[in-house]
Amino acid sequence: MEKQFTVKNPQGIHARPAGAIMKKASEFAATQISLELNGRKISAKSITGVLTLGMKAGDTVTVSAEGDQAEQAVEAVGAVIESVLD
Amino acid sequence: MLLKGIAAASGYAIGPAFIMEEQHTEIERRELPAGEVEAEAARLQAAVQQAMAELEQIKEKTAAKLGEHEAEIFATHILVLQDEEFIGQAVQKVRDESVNAEFAMSEVTQMLVDIFSSMDSEYMRERAADFRDVSKRVLTALSGQSGTSLNDFEEAVVLFAHDLTPSDTAQLDRSKVAGFATNIGGRTSHSAIMARSMEIPAVVGTQNGSEAVKTGDIVILDGSSGIILVNPDEDTIKTYEEKQAKYMKRQEAMKLYKDKPSITADGHEVELVSNIGNPQDALGARNNGAEGVGLYRTEFLYMGRDNFPSEEEQFNSYVAVCETLGAEKPVVIRTLDIGGDKELPYLELPKEMNPFLGYRAIRLCLDRKDLFKTQLRAILRASAHGNVKLMYPMISSIVELRAANELLAETKAELDAEGIAYNKEMEVGMMIEVPAAAIIADQLAKEVDFFSIGTNDLVQYTMAADRMNENVSHLTQPFNPAVIRLIKMVIDAAHKEGKWAGMCGEMAGNLKAVPLLLGLGLDEFSMSASSVLSVRVLLSRLNREEMKQLAEEALNLETAEEIQYLIVDRVPAIQELTI
Repeated sequence: MEKQFTVKNPQGIHARPAGAIMKKASEFAATQISLELNGRKISAKSITGVLTLGMKAGDTVTVSAEGDQAEQAVEAVGAVIESVLD
Repeated sequence: MLLKGIAAASGYAIGPAFIMEEQHTEIERRELPAGEVEAEAARLQAAVQQAMAELEQIKEKTAAKLGEHEAEIFATHILVLQDEEFIGQAVQKVRDESVNAEFAMSEVTQMLVDIFSSMDSEYMRERAADFRDVSKRVLTALSGQSGTSLNDFEEAVVLFAHDLTPSDTAQLDRSKVAGFATNIGGRTSHSAIMARSMEIPAVVGTQNGSEAVKTGDIVILDGSSGIILVNPDEDTIKTYEEKQAKYMKRQEAMKLYKDKPSITADGHEVELVSNIGNPQDALGARNNGAEGVGLYRTEFLYMGRDNFPSEEEQFNSYVAVCETLGAEKPVVIRTLDIGGDKELPYLELPKEMNPFLGYRAIRLCLDRKDLFKTQLRAILRASAHGNVKLMYPMISSIVELRAANELLAETKAELDAEGIAYNKEMEVGMMIEVPAAAIIADQLAKEVDFFSIGTNDLVQYTMAADRMNENVSHLTQPFNPAVIRLIKMVIDAAHKEGKWAGMCGEMAGNLKAVPLLLGLGLDEFSMSASSVLSVRVLLSRLNREEMKQLAEEALNLETAEEIQYLIVDRVPAIQELTI
């Protein structure tokens, strides 16, 4: 299961939204969730990974998930990526 | 001595300098005997625990002082310290390589910092600061110390440092630190952002400030223009103390007006909006109390790259602006205004003798239909997500306006055929920056929903004076009677057709011009975000009927000087608000 989402936060995914993405991903304990951008793939449950992915406004990020509730996980994490938190 | 840097947080700080010494302890690599490795790993984990406990405290204090929102940064820092990919790797390194904790920690940090350094956006590069900050805290804990406080001063100082981490900045006490300067950093670094919300004047990117200045030097830090004066004379100090007092008074007055409507003393309401160049500016507009965007300069989307932005990219940027401001807030998107002083290398246009009078803006877009229609599609699609209005630049004849509108109608028909949503009622307007357009404004007004007067170009074209040429700068100012008469013609022509008239040139945010423009009947004032609040305060003290009278008198005057003198004489509030 994978789907693409666009970063809309004008400031990109900095500390605060990165924390929100990681927390949302961690709610799905039995699901492996990854984010991919420009050929780099990281675990959405790692704050280091999320921050170092360097997502900025307008970037299209692929969210993929395996395991329980994969579809819900992708949608939930994608919604945080698209939300505008500053 | 004068130091220059980047203006990061406005305001003035005057006082003795304090230089924060860099703790440049070289971190050496030590190999450990096999028997000590586990103890070393445990020492690292204990230091991480201590760092987390300190961050927890900083987070609570920040929440109390600046609000939950600012404190969230430290919640993320705590998450970083809990992350297996960061701390876990450092611990693993101690075990795998039998090395000391300090070395493992700094190696892993450096690896992450390198990832950020390779990113192309300045904003993302600044994010490396998060990792440096937490890493420094762990290293301090490893050395057996606890985090230092930067507030142990007898009197308020101006702090100089190579860099300030977010946690350093959040802990600054306004009564002990009057302002700060750092050698590195930009307007979007965490310390700059925090300085603005803490209202501590700051200058960043001074290159060598912390080396050039000595502790105890008396300094004046001007966070509004990014300069620092070192050991100035008494007169200069006095001048700046007066500026500082005036600034504080104005700040207090402005705070009361942030979320208020823009309304005159006699109850006439106008719209104060902001000029922006990218989605990030929209945040600045919102935070400065702008009621929307009166000019979104889309050319910045096209610049600094080697090919055209796709429809999708443009759409995303436009929607980001709408979402940042709120869907009901007006966002006037100006179509591509390239040419003149703004070149686009990949467009491969021939060099021109007179680029300002040449092949630019709408003239070019009407020829490059592919390019133009891609942008029209993106703007139309964005209109389904906010209060988007479309604006054409540099129109000089009705033929051009009709040609542009025809392409817009074609684009709409294509979207209809594809079943793609857009706002069918979207307002379409044009800029008035060519005198020819001002003169036929009565005809143009019948075929648009609004005008926005671009004074920078209107002045230079009307006066035939290059605004980049200092030798003719006396001609390129907007109070010239010829310009004022054109502005009046444009506003009257719009109103006669029941349309609105705005202004998005620098004149709209000029405190001296506002009373006159109000009197001439301007409906919308679009300016840089930092001018919005002072203009709103000024408006609140003006009486519309009196300003109409003033405008009438001004129209009979013969020189720009007389007009300015009349305004300043009649409106004392301008002096109070000017710094």
